[in-house]
Formats: sequence, C-alpha cells, structure tokens
Amino acid sequence: MFAYVVKRLISGVLVVTLVSMGIFLLFWFGPSSPAQPICDRETSNRCGDRIEIYEETLGYNNPVYEEYGKFVQGVFVGRTLTIASSEYECPAPCLGVSYRTKQPVKEELVSRMPATFSVAIGGAFLYLLFGVPIGVAAARRRGTVADKALVSSFLFISSIPYYLFALLTWLYLTITFEVPLFSDTGYFSIGENGPFKWFSGLFLAWVALGIFGCTQYTRFTRGAMVEALSEDYIRTAKAKGLPARKIVYKHGLRAALVPVVTIFGIDFGTLLAGTIFTERIFEIQGIGWWALEAVQGKDLPVVMATALFSAVVLIISNLLVDVVYSVLDPRVRLS
Amino acid sequence: MTSVPVTQSSAAAAASETDGPFLQVEDLMVTFPTEDGPVTAVQGLSYSVEKGKTLGIVGESGSGKSVSSMAVMGLHDAKSAKISGSIRVGGTEVVGLSESRMRGLRGNSMAMIFQDALAALHPFYKIGAQLEEAYLVHHSSASKRDARRKAIEMLDRVGIPQPDRRVDDFPHQFSGGMRQRAMIAMGLINDPSLLIADEPTTALDVTVQAQILDLLQDLQREFNSAVIIITHDLGVIAEMADDVLVMYAGRCVEFGTTKEILTTPEMPYTWGLLSSVPDVSSSTDARLIPIPGNPPSLLRPPSGCSFHPRCVHSTKVPGDLCTTQLPELLPASSGTAHLKRCHLADPVAVYQTEVLPEIAPELLEETR
Repeated sequence: MFAYVVKRLISGVLVVTLVSMGIFLLFWFGPSSPAQPICDRETSNRCGDRIEIYEETLGYNNPVYEEYGKFVQGVFVGRTLTIASSEYECPAPCLGVSYRTKQPVKEELVSRMPATFSVAIGGAFLYLLFGVPIGVAAARRRGTVADKALVSSFLFISSIPYYLFALLTWLYLTITFEVPLFSDTGYFSIGENGPFKWFSGLFLAWVALGIFGCTQYTRFTRGAMVEALSEDYIRTAKAKGLPARKIVYKHGLRAALVPVVTIFGIDFGTLLAGTIFTERIFEIQGIGWWALEAVQGKDLPVVMATALFSAVVLIISNLLVDVVYSVLDPRVRLS
Repeated sequence: MTSVPVTQSSAAAAASETDGPFLQVEDLMVTFPTEDGPVTAVQGLSYSVEKGKTLGIVGESGSGKSVSSMAVMGLHDAKSAKISGSIRVGGTEVVGLSESRMRGLRGNSMAMIFQDALAALHPFYKIGAQLEEAYLVHHSSASKRDARRKAIEMLDRVGIPQPDRRVDDFPHQFSGGMRQRAMIAMGLINDPSLLIADEPTTALDVTVQAQILDLLQDLQREFNSAVIIITHDLGVIAEMADDVLVMYAGRCVEFGTTKEILTTPEMPYTWGLLSSVPDVSSSTDARLIPIPGNPPSLLRPPSGCSFHPRCVHSTKVPGDLCTTQLPELLPASSGTAHLKRCHLADPVAVYQTEVLPEIAPELLEETR
C-alpha cells in the first residue's frame, strides 16, 4: 500500500509538471503577446511600442525553456520579478506575480481557499445528506409510482444545465422574491463577520449545489442499491432471518456505497478545485471565479496557479479514492 | 404421511415434538403476477419430509423446484408472489405467517444453502463475521465471543483447516469447495431441523462435489435434520435422497422412494431424465438421449398434461387424453408410496420394452 501511494505520488508530480509546461507553452505561442494586457492597463491603452519593454522585462524575449526554468526555480527558492521599471519580491513557493494586482499569486490563492472550500464542503454535505437516503428509499420502493415519479422528476432537474439552474435559483430567491436569508450572497469569513453572515452568504450556493447534486446522487445511489439488493448475498441475508433494516443497510448499502464513494471522490475533488458557475453567480470570491477572471484578463501567472492547483487537487482526490476503494472492497488490493 | 394437527402458535411447540413429518407441504401454489399475466410457477404441490430423512427434488430449470423451496423459507417478496396452500414447519403454518415470526424460523429452525457460494456470501464481510451474524440474530443473549467460538467450531466441523485463522478470511480467499463448506456451516450454525440445499454442488468440480455430499450426509446424521436437496443431477439423488420428487412445469409428476424412481420409473419425463445421464461404464461411442423440445412456458402452459408436447409415448394413450386432460397424481403400479402423473395404461411394460433397452440393456438382462 505504502509503495503504491509513493508510486502514485511520483506519477502525480509528473502530471503536474506536464500541466505546467502545457500552460506555459499555450501562452508563449498564443496569437497575442501575454504582455499586451498588462501594458495596456499600465499605459491607459496607449501601449504602442512600449510593449517591447514589457516583453523584455517579463522575459518573453528569452527562450521558453529558460523562462520555464526560472518559473520552476521560483517555486522552490523564490525569485524577484521585474515588470517594466518596478521590481516585485516573490518568496518561495513562488507561482509568479499577478499581472493585474502585482501581488504574489500564491498568497491570493491561499486567501481564496476558504471560500471555495466552504462552498464545496457545504454543497457536497447537502447532496450526500439527501441524495443517498433518497436513493436508498427509491431503490427499496423500486417500480412503485413514488419511485417512478421521483426518478423522472430528478432526471428532469439534472437535465437542466447547471449554470441555468443556479442562475434561476439566484434570480428567483434573491431578486424576485427577496427571501431575507438569501438576500446577500457571497463569502464572508467567519472571523471577521461571524458565523451567521458566513452561513447566510453561502447558503443559497449550497442549496443550488445541494439540490443539483442530490438529483445525481439519488440516481447513482438508487442504481447501485437496486443492483446490490438483487445480489445472491441479499437472499442469503434474508435466509439467515435478519431483519429488513439490516438486510438493506448492512448488506445492501454497504455494497452499493462503493461505486457512490468512487464517483463522490472525483466529484468532490472537482468542487475543491473551484466552482466557476457557483462562485460567479453567487458572487463568492473563490478560486473558480478568480480563474475565470484570469482567463478573461490573460493573467498568465494566475491561470497557471489555478490550473496547477486543480491538477494537484484532482490527483490527490483520485489517489484517495483508490485508497478508500481498497479499504471498502477487500477484494481490491493496491499494487 | 401422517397429518399433524395445526392450531397455530400454542400447538407449535408441542407439534414439533410429535413424530409427524417436520415439514409438510400441501397443495402449494406460487403465482407471480407479471405484465403479460400471472405465471404459476408451482401448483398442487404436496410433500412431506421427516427428520433424519432426505427428499430430493429434481427437475429442469423453471420446473418450480427452487420456487417451492423458497416459499417454504418465506423468501418470496410478498408484493411479487402469491402463495396459497399450506406449509407447516414443525407444526407451524408458515403461509401467511407474519414477517417477524417468519424471521424467527428462518435460519433458526430451517436454513437454506445456495448454489454458487461466491455470490451467496457477502464479498465485503469476513467469513467469521457472516457466521457470527447468523448465530447472533437467533441468540440475542449470546456475546460476540460466544458467536466467534461457535463460528470457529462450525468451520472446524465442516472440515475447514485451521478454522481459528481462516475465520478471518474473506470469501474470495477461500476455494470454491471451502466456500460451499462455509455456506453449509452458516446454514447449520443454529442446528436447524430442516435444511434446504439448493443445488449445493452445481458450481463445484466433481471431486469436491463428492466431498460436499459426504459432508452433508455426515451432518444430517449428526444433527438429525430433515433435508431437501434440490438438483438436476440424478447422481446426487442416488447418493443422497431417501425419497424423490420429480417436478415438471410447476407440478409433481412422479414421487417415490429413490429406489423406485431409479429402477421402476413410470412417467416418461423421469425416463427422459434417466436417459440423459451419462454412464461411465458405457462405451465412449454411446450417445446420450436428450429429452426433445424445450421446457414449457409457464405463462401459457400446454393444455392437458404439461409434458405432452415433448412426450414420445403420448401416441400410446387412446384418444386425445394427453392433450386435453391433466392426469391426476395417482398411485403407481409398483411400490407403496409411489405416485405418478401419467395417462399411460401400462407404463411398466413400455419402460421395460422400449426405454430400458435404450439406456441400460444390461439391467434388462438382470430383471429377466
């Protein structure tokens, strides 16, 4: 197991390296100069020939491997960056300095983590809390009118694109009906604003994520549960004289949880890496929104940092899924 | 077949002490409503098994042998199966019995072991945990340690080597034969008076099959339980059963002692089963004689005798009796408790002159 984890971590580092190289190359050989936006901003759109200065100081005139080397070096020992005539300190681990704010990217990444993590944990908690039990209940009533109504209505909800669903939630609950609890969405840190403000700011985002995820997890759980309950070992459990509760939960759900946990691991990793739609619609200053702004503003260091962050989160969550899987299913041995 | 007086609960304890058959099934009918109409998987089935005796139920897939046994265990979903008739287990009527009382019987005074133990054991729980669970559910005052001791004792009893270590293995770490042994240990952990073995050797290779059958016989002698063995293998029947019930399309078509069924069968379907058994002593060129046709649809069963579309002997019956009238289950011409469901006037003669020369000419010499 330990050797397996080490092996997976090594391959994870390799993946992160490749991702960073890919993004570097994309910007380097892209159709417009990465220095153009920063030049425009600092010269009030009279950049003109001054683009040369920016390209030179940002290193875009050097060979790409040399600049990539400097980037990697910065990650481990930190570096000093020059943009036009100003110098910026960037201590290790340096992921660069934002072209917009001129602040080290790593610091902003860390400061935005609580918002994104709050959204992800709250949303995932809600959809698991409702999705799994509803799925189990539907599987136990398989084929009844209640089951069919539930499955088709949930299928309908999950067929709506998520951004539309989230937008409608916000439009109706915050704007049209002005529900007091949902009136001021956004991320407010507990330390500065108290837990209620934190809670009410995020609650609508959680509800949107929760309802949408719940429809999916209900269907996953129902499917896995229907399959588990038709297995021979369920008949064995019944033949032993076990009560229905034990048959369904101890024998049925235990087996049905394995595929659900697998999907959840990947899903939750994706949420932790930043939820672009949720954060943008509910005005939560998290990593997802930040990444969106960075792409729009061609802020290379920020794009790089957010992409690397999601790569790292996904690699770790994949690894965790595999480890948890081997714990849940004794037939699986990691090697 | 003596009948046991049944006045439900109060008589239950007393009745189980009487000498009557432990299991008594009368006029059992199991119907599954489907979208295409009701499917009657079992009808008019009656049999009984005494403690210490073994009843073999034979028939092809879909003949109702498993369905009827699952009805005895109360394993059918009440929503999807309609059960009528009477099933008395140790004097307790189980048709219509409440689920909670049924649960008290299941795994306790009657147990069932299934074919393919790999699928029938839970893949995520240790063998020991599954045995302990079966013990604890019927011994609520027992401690976890008692249950574990009992589990190890049972694994030892069914011949698992190093049971105190193997008790912590998962089912996939056992071989096929060991899994079936563990399954048997689990079935017998509460000393059931009735054990139903549903094709217990089907998924196993031949040497292991013999070991498992020997084990079942040993355990039956030791526990003095009534055993029902469901199989399509007449070899298993010959080895294990005292009585044999042949099922076809949900009905009993022949019943008798094992000797009667194997030596003087009187129903063409039973002849067909005997003809399709390979014989080690015959030459390698000898062909097996299959039963022509396919098992009938239970949704639209054939008129008259269910077997008539596949029966090569129906021409010997005058008129269209076979196609129009269901034969009664009547005493056969040989044997005492031998019953058969067939219109043939003189089945013994047909068997001797037409069937036996085909399947075992050497036997014919002996009987002459």
